[in-house]
Amino acid sequence: MCSRSRTESYAALLSAVLLLAGCGRGMQAALPAQQGADTGPVIDSALDPGVDHSLVTVDPRAAQYYDNPQAVQTGKLLFGAFNCSGCHSNGGGGMGPSLMDDEWIYGDRLEQIHQTIVQGRPNGMPSWGGKIPDQQIWQLAAYVRSLSLPATLAAQNGPTPGQSPAPVPRDAAQDSGWSPPDDTTNHYTTTTTGPQ
Amino acid sequence: MRPLIAVLALSALPLTGLAQTVPAPVPADEVFTLAQIGHAIAAPTPQAGRTAASPANAPVDDGQWTMPSKNYASTRFSSLTEITPQNAKDLKVDFTFSLAVNKGQEAAPIIADNTLFVVTAYPNYVYALDLTKPGAPLKWKFAPKPLPASQGLACCDVVNRGGTYDKGKYIFSTLDGQVIALDAKSGKALWRTRLANLNIGETITMAPTVADGHVYVGNSGGEMGVRGWITALDEDSGKIDWKAFNTGPDKDVLIGSDFKPFYASDRGQDLGVKSWPPEAWKIGGGNVWGWITYDNELHMLYHGTGNPGPWNADQRPGDNKWTTGIFARDPSSGDAHWYYQFSPHDNHDYDGINEQILLDMPFGGTMHKVLIHFDRNGYLYVIDRHSGQVLSADPFGPTNWTRGVDLSTGRPIINPDKTTKEGQDVTDICPTASGSKDWEPSSFSPETGLLYIPHENMCMDKKDMEVGYIAGTPYVGAEVHMKPGPGGNRGELTAWDPVARKPVWAVKEMFPVWSGTVVTGGGLVFYGTMDGWFKAVDAKTGALAWRFKVDSGIIGQPVSYKGPDGHQYIAVLSGVGGWSGAVVSGPVDPRDGSAALGMVNVMSDLPKYTTAGGTLYVFSLPH
Repeated sequence: MCSRSRTESYAALLSAVLLLAGCGRGMQAALPAQQGADTGPVIDSALDPGVDHSLVTVDPRAAQYYDNPQAVQTGKLLFGAFNCSGCHSNGGGGMGPSLMDDEWIYGDRLEQIHQTIVQGRPNGMPSWGGKIPDQQIWQLAAYVRSLSLPATLAAQNGPTPGQSPAPVPRDAAQDSGWSPPDDTTNHYTTTTTGPQ
Repeated sequence: MRPLIAVLALSALPLTGLAQTVPAPVPADEVFTLAQIGHAIAAPTPQAGRTAASPANAPVDDGQWTMPSKNYASTRFSSLTEITPQNAKDLKVDFTFSLAVNKGQEAAPIIADNTLFVVTAYPNYVYALDLTKPGAPLKWKFAPKPLPASQGLACCDVVNRGGTYDKGKYIFSTLDGQVIALDAKSGKALWRTRLANLNIGETITMAPTVADGHVYVGNSGGEMGVRGWITALDEDSGKIDWKAFNTGPDKDVLIGSDFKPFYASDRGQDLGVKSWPPEAWKIGGGNVWGWITYDNELHMLYHGTGNPGPWNADQRPGDNKWTTGIFARDPSSGDAHWYYQFSPHDNHDYDGINEQILLDMPFGGTMHKVLIHFDRNGYLYVIDRHSGQVLSADPFGPTNWTRGVDLSTGRPIINPDKTTKEGQDVTDICPTASGSKDWEPSSFSPETGLLYIPHENMCMDKKDMEVGYIAGTPYVGAEVHMKPGPGGNRGELTAWDPVARKPVWAVKEMFPVWSGTVVTGGGLVFYGTMDGWFKAVDAKTGALAWRFKVDSGIIGQPVSYKGPDGHQYIAVLSGVGGWSGAVVSGPVDPRDGSAALGMVNVMSDLPKYTTAGGTLYVFSLPH
């Protein structure tokens, strides 16, 4: 991973842990270009959990799962097959949180949902990375994102939601999540020098 | 037959964009009556003696409340008489205390040595309040810091059913599966024993029972394919003295030469293996998350066992022993003495873990040492504690999954119309998965001779489907949609005469009564409702004597104690949640009827009536 091109490194942001553990000082390889000019290792933090805007802007792998009816249909089957429904029901939640509301603890873009499934989350979400083929994780992410789409909610007939999942439109990712005000920059202009 | 009901109850107040409505009640002729299906092996003989708990199990009341069940007999009877049906209208709040946790609060406050102890839902804070000072200031707080991942393994909110006090220690469990003994004076941990493996979905939610130098506790996880067990820890060190599984070979279950079950179907070698498909017992449930009862008279331990896993019964043909039943064990060794299975090959998630009340009761012309158990499956069982024989089994809520219990074999007479089959949606099964009554404990008054049962009036549609086992994830295989039982009131408080085998009075409640009850020498029964009323009713008639609206729905266990000033106090926790309240306290959306294991379908209106909270309330008369 350390030797990958920068673009691929962004794309492969499966796990910051992987990057740190596998690359050591090479973590610079995962930093944006404007930081590449800085010298020495840097530490940055994102206030929005799981959403590092400077790093996860676009994951090219996500693109094919937008506007993809097959992805959400397959994702629906996988959602049952892997027991996601055991905790999240048909989207309404239970042991795990609801997925049909508009609250996204770790972000609603497909790459963020993908990351949540791959890594797990500390309050009980198991980690599925390495246990499910990556394509299926993307399909699950697409179905999960679809559950709260207006089109999916409108298709609900009776007490069981999520049965007719709408494809995730490309623009579902446009306004999502936090982004800095227009008059500020999303670029890290200051960094803290970490341990050498 | 079933009348056609064309009108669906349509809510005029949609809570969200997609209005969810509480389904229409199941018609009354869909269920059987007490007269149709209640059975006993002998006619009532009230003249043979007076029903009471023996002094060994219910010693003279010292005014404290040291264990959730009040005493070993589990009567939850307080002999205090200051508060009566006549003066209850003057009750006022004496003090409150915020628990700082807005999840379902199921614990009983514990009162010992002029101190009130309480443990909260996850993260399981323990508070000790000084009752000798005005306003009961905090003496100490203990934060056990359970692992956050445990929140995602608890089937039905992150509840805790309370701690217990014994010999200067406050002993409780944590959601991530520790049992901890605190020094009651300082709040410092004396020992911690970790018992649960989160990776396979094990948690602990129950209140430990402390007796005979042991701490008895069991695991939760019946919805995660967790194999159930009960264990005994040394009270002084926390070391495991014995551990018994509730599935698997006899040596694991601690079944040996002392095992003498009353009914033939419970006899045989390794039934905990043979009554399952190969290997299925290893992920078969039978957990111990409810009430463990110590019998100080017969030196015996009684505990129920939870549902078999998965809920889809077609994946586990057989009786699935030793799930959904009750064991009598030797408290010192754990060796099983008898067992009775309430719901063989359970189809409906009827955990057998509800409380046992130990009484001396007239039956068949003589006095018997009995155990009274109100099962999720809808039957109130009176069982002989010596033999494990069922003396009577009567429905106390809407029931149609059986046509009674055959008291010659002990087995329920199955109604095939309500037996689930993989791929089929079986409708109007009564009671629902959470039962005619869930964990919330009843009380017994030796003065009225009545049991006060907080319970549910709910049914369900259930569709089973194949499920694969993935360690640490749900192993359910069913889609459930719950609905109100006949009449539409989802809850009820029933006063039951165990000798005459019939209800004496009942108070209907809109929501399931998910709080415990306490009955007092003053002649009052206290309980709370999920929409936030704390009530006192006349123990003889059920007439409302007083009520007070608290900040959140009540699912806790009220208690009655004598304060340092000699006056009677009533304490209870508010804080709605639990399985039935997850739609308020949990991350759950009311638009999905199948959410929270199908409970949301029947509780989608609860968010209109209450919000999450968590507060200790203490009441007394002006003095």
